[in-house]
Amino acid sequence: MAECSGIDSNPSSHTMDKSITLPPDEIFRNLENAKRFAIDIGTWELKTFGIIAASDKLYEISVQEEVTARLHFIKFENAYIETCLDFIKDHLVNTETKVIKATGGGAHKFKELIERKLGLKVDKEDEMTCLIKGCNFVLKNIPHEAFVYAKHADSEFRFQTTNPDIFPYLLVNIGSGVSIVKVEAEDKFERIGGSSIGGGTFWGLGALLTKTKRFDELLQLASKGQHTNVDMLVKDIYGGSYGCLGLTGDLIASSFGKSATADKEFSKEDMAKSLLHMISNDIGQLACLYAKLHNLSRVYFGGFFIRGHPVTMHTITYSINFFTKGEVQALFLRHEGYLGAIGAFLKGAEEDNPNQYSWGENYAGSSGLMSVSPDMNPMQRARSGTFDMLEMDRLERQLVNLPLLQDPSSYIPDTVDLTEDALAREYWLYCFEEALDGVVKRAVASQPDMLEAALRAEKFRQKYRHKLQTLRHQPFAYGSLTVRSLLDTREHCLNEFNFPDPYSKIKQRENDVALKYYQKAVKSLEELSWEERQFALVRGVLAGNVFDWGAKAVSDKCLIPLCAQTDCVVFLSERPWLVDSYNQWLERMKGPPHKCALFFVDNSGVDIILGVMPFVRELLSRGTEVVLASNSGPALNDVTNGELQILTERIAAMDPVIQAGLRDDRLMLVQSGSSSPCLDLSRLDKVLAMVVRERQTDLVIIEGMGRAIHTNYYAMLSCESLKMAVIKNSWLADRLGGKLFSVVFKYEVPAGKPSQDCETSTPS
Amino acid sequence: MAFNGHQRDDDTVDEDETPTKQPRSNKEMPGYFRSEPGSEAAAPAGRATPDRRSSNATARHRSDSVKKTRPPFPWFGMDIGGTLVKLVYFEPKDITAEEEQEEVENLKSIRRYLTSNTAYGKTGIRDVHLQLQDLTLCGRTGNLHFIRFPTHDLPAFLQMGRNKHFSSLHTTLCATGGGAYKFESDFRTMADLQLHKLDELDCLIRGVLYIDSVVSSGPSECYYFENPTEPDRCVQKPYTLENPYPLLLVNIGSGVSILAVYSENNYKRVTGTSLGGGTFLGLCCLLTGCSTFEEALEMASLGESTRVDKLVRDIYGGDYERFGLPGWAVASSFGNMMSKEKRESVSKEDLARATLVTITNNIGSITRMCALNENIERVVFVGNFLRVNTLSMKLLAYAMDYWSKGQLKALFLRHEGYFGAVGALLELLHPS
Repeated sequence: MAECSGIDSNPSSHTMDKSITLPPDEIFRNLENAKRFAIDIGTWELKTFGIIAASDKLYEISVQEEVTARLHFIKFENAYIETCLDFIKDHLVNTETKVIKATGGGAHKFKELIERKLGLKVDKEDEMTCLIKGCNFVLKNIPHEAFVYAKHADSEFRFQTTNPDIFPYLLVNIGSGVSIVKVEAEDKFERIGGSSIGGGTFWGLGALLTKTKRFDELLQLASKGQHTNVDMLVKDIYGGSYGCLGLTGDLIASSFGKSATADKEFSKEDMAKSLLHMISNDIGQLACLYAKLHNLSRVYFGGFFIRGHPVTMHTITYSINFFTKGEVQALFLRHEGYLGAIGAFLKGAEEDNPNQYSWGENYAGSSGLMSVSPDMNPMQRARSGTFDMLEMDRLERQLVNLPLLQDPSSYIPDTVDLTEDALAREYWLYCFEEALDGVVKRAVASQPDMLEAALRAEKFRQKYRHKLQTLRHQPFAYGSLTVRSLLDTREHCLNEFNFPDPYSKIKQRENDVALKYYQKAVKSLEELSWEERQFALVRGVLAGNVFDWGAKAVSDKCLIPLCAQTDCVVFLSERPWLVDSYNQWLERMKGPPHKCALFFVDNSGVDIILGVMPFVRELLSRGTEVVLASNSGPALNDVTNGELQILTERIAAMDPVIQAGLRDDRLMLVQSGSSSPCLDLSRLDKVLAMVVRERQTDLVIIEGMGRAIHTNYYAMLSCESLKMAVIKNSWLADRLGGKLFSVVFKYEVPAGKPSQDCETSTPS
Repeated sequence: MAFNGHQRDDDTVDEDETPTKQPRSNKEMPGYFRSEPGSEAAAPAGRATPDRRSSNATARHRSDSVKKTRPPFPWFGMDIGGTLVKLVYFEPKDITAEEEQEEVENLKSIRRYLTSNTAYGKTGIRDVHLQLQDLTLCGRTGNLHFIRFPTHDLPAFLQMGRNKHFSSLHTTLCATGGGAYKFESDFRTMADLQLHKLDELDCLIRGVLYIDSVVSSGPSECYYFENPTEPDRCVQKPYTLENPYPLLLVNIGSGVSILAVYSENNYKRVTGTSLGGGTFLGLCCLLTGCSTFEEALEMASLGESTRVDKLVRDIYGGDYERFGLPGWAVASSFGNMMSKEKRESVSKEDLARATLVTITNNIGSITRMCALNENIERVVFVGNFLRVNTLSMKLLAYAMDYWSKGQLKALFLRHEGYFGAVGALLELLHPS
């Protein structure tokens, strides 16, 4: 069943390149299910058309039919509005709504057209209200939404970690003019000022000065020009700097000052550049004055003038730095162009209360930053046409911080930022491309009864490969590039082509086999002395974790021989391990039991059944309550919450300790809220957070490469933590100074806290 | 002690005429001349480095030293800006027969040349209407003349100085503005003149306070516009700049500097913008093919900016009530020019008008923000951008009043662009 929709479009007078054809089948693929619409019609070149729809995923092999509410936003050049409306009309079969929410300065111009074409009543919403609503929404729901732009730095984009506390902030919206809005709370904002010198001035005046019609072309001219030929600089007046005021010679004293005195021709490029500087500086200055007056330090810039254009982001950033001496940073938003449409939709969907859910960006359906930027990758631009898309999935649960994070505001899940680390980026992009064949094969194999699976798998291959190529050119397209984002993108793409769980059969098979060994394993462990057992348990978890179908090195070595625990221990390196705090852990285990342990589990099969469960059993026997956190949705061969429920029942049937644990509610299964092979502790299921607080959790165990190495390796918790993983990638092992199958066993006690009575702190 | 108060003391020694201008208040400008006896004796030509901002010396009553320390004629003050050179010249009218005899020919010729003409070369102009009559300066009475010419004609000026053997007069030429630095070596090599360079903001403030204090007859130096928001009833009214502090001083030359002035010696440059008079003229030249400020203004006065700018009502069909934006407000300067049809339908006059309105309003809004941040309610606009530019002045008056809901008052001074040059002249006569 479908949910809703939103549109953002921009009427402009210029005509588009008609050779670009509309690829509507892909763009509007979920339209049939759309329940609600909104449209944002700007006064600009680009329009955003947003749809919120639910996609009915009809994969038959899936246990249940998934219904995911999804926000679709499509930006397109306004020349397409009629074509798009026609398409919508033809495909809009089951819409229940008779009203379309519209916002933007151009809404009234297109009102008639929309009403005529779609037979829907256009309901106008205030532009600024929509904009702010949209802004709050993306800031809260999309990690790495905001970024600082630094043209000459190693990585041009420095993404900001999501801070749940987004207010207050200043939004400087640069459309045709400039609006400066102070936002203090979800529904509390005020336009505190503005300026008429904005994008329209750049475009209008630029067109007059250079006879160049298009906004993009003007920007391109500007990027090639030298403003110093047109502007009068301080040094043109002083011959050097104006030392006593600290004004350097290169400062612009008078914009266009030279064209007033010098009787000569000025180049288009130089004039465009001068104009760009003039307008950016002016806006930056006003923004600073307003920020100062209202004592605000977070200033976001948006509007079509910015919209991913590196030139304007650079000049604005420069201006802000200059006027505030670095005290205020200019922040930009990845999805800035969608804010109006998102807001309009949210207005229309208020009855569905979209703000009560958490949403996640769908990497498969989103174009990423700068997909339409004139400066970037023209080839790719041609391929995507002139469309830019954002899709967001409604997550079933609300996501919150793990209450045990030491400092939520500085927590960064990812260990390596591939946007900054070029070598690592190169390797991982290569690695994921190499692995693609295998993933495609597995996807096809997972749906043997479906004839078109091969076709879909091929489409998946193309899509993911294209994403990898995009990321090679624009590593920042979806925020900071990380191993996690690469993995998540792959999952999203697989999902997109109805391969939601390619490992489901393998997982099942492995679980069945591993279960047969469970009792034997437990028995052999019980025969060991206490100290031997502790070590065997740890080795068991590590050895179990080696069986990860997601890691290439392991797949090569032991595809078939699903062996007993003891057999695969040969892979593990001897102690001392790469990171080895086993002795401290052992000492701790000799002490009083923990109150409650939160265990983030990894793979199905041997890992969970023969590695994790015996470990859990030991904790339970010691009197420690255990909360097992597993993925809400499938990712690789990771055990999902649903699967774990079944597995635990089956184990309980064999094992009185586990059975008692379940019965007495001392063993609890919760979902993490994630469908990723990695783990973001700042986006966890609200229920999990609640349980963690209620049970006074004093130990967090994180297992596996994705959750403990690629992410959270440096995560600081306010209670004891144990991170266990085997490095199953030789490049990564090398980087960390170890060999393939090196072991990381990282037991940490927060500074200043004696391990014996680690208190459960619950910062919210 | 005020400037002319000082003059009174001098009267007893120099048989000068009774001063015609009385200071408004002696307390108004405490310690105007702060010459240290030591530095005066030690530096007859050269002056202590301008460091007035921290200067704390007290005024000193002198009588007999005036004659000795009074610099030789001619007395000039010069402000070399990015676009215009502003020159003030003091013409002594109390020359005795004896002096006349002693006066060298070169000096006479310069005096005659400057005072008998109102235009010099192709571009030099004397603003006769600004001339201050019977002013007493440093014990001498005479007229203060206000002359300007474009900075790019400075070579011609230097050539004239060379032809008239200006350097033989051994005068010190006090100069401020960026050009004082940029062209210092040209003055030396082309005209054999040594410049005494002065800080432009120091000079500006000194000049403003001085001129305001000495002008008491004729049109008031300071004025404002009454009923700025009602075009039909908007009239220029004299304003008495008593207790001027704190005030925001906005100097609109090629670029714009905004100063917060708390007392004569205590001020700071709050900010500035590169969108100033140079931008107006530069853009007008490019957009309309005009070549002078006067031409640009003339065109602007005939044009209609609403054909060029996109107004709030063009977007919202009326007021944007949600945010209290009136329909007539400009939403996007030059915003209509995004459309090809509209680009083809506007006149040069419209474009000139829109440029003027854009630049002026922008200065207005930056000024207003500074006034709020600095908590100052009185704003004085000066600088040559405002010369013969009633349009901009009324716009500024309107903008200050409207957007501040009457809190801010825009004030203007008749000698708009000359204050820096006046400050430089004062430095010659009374080094700080």
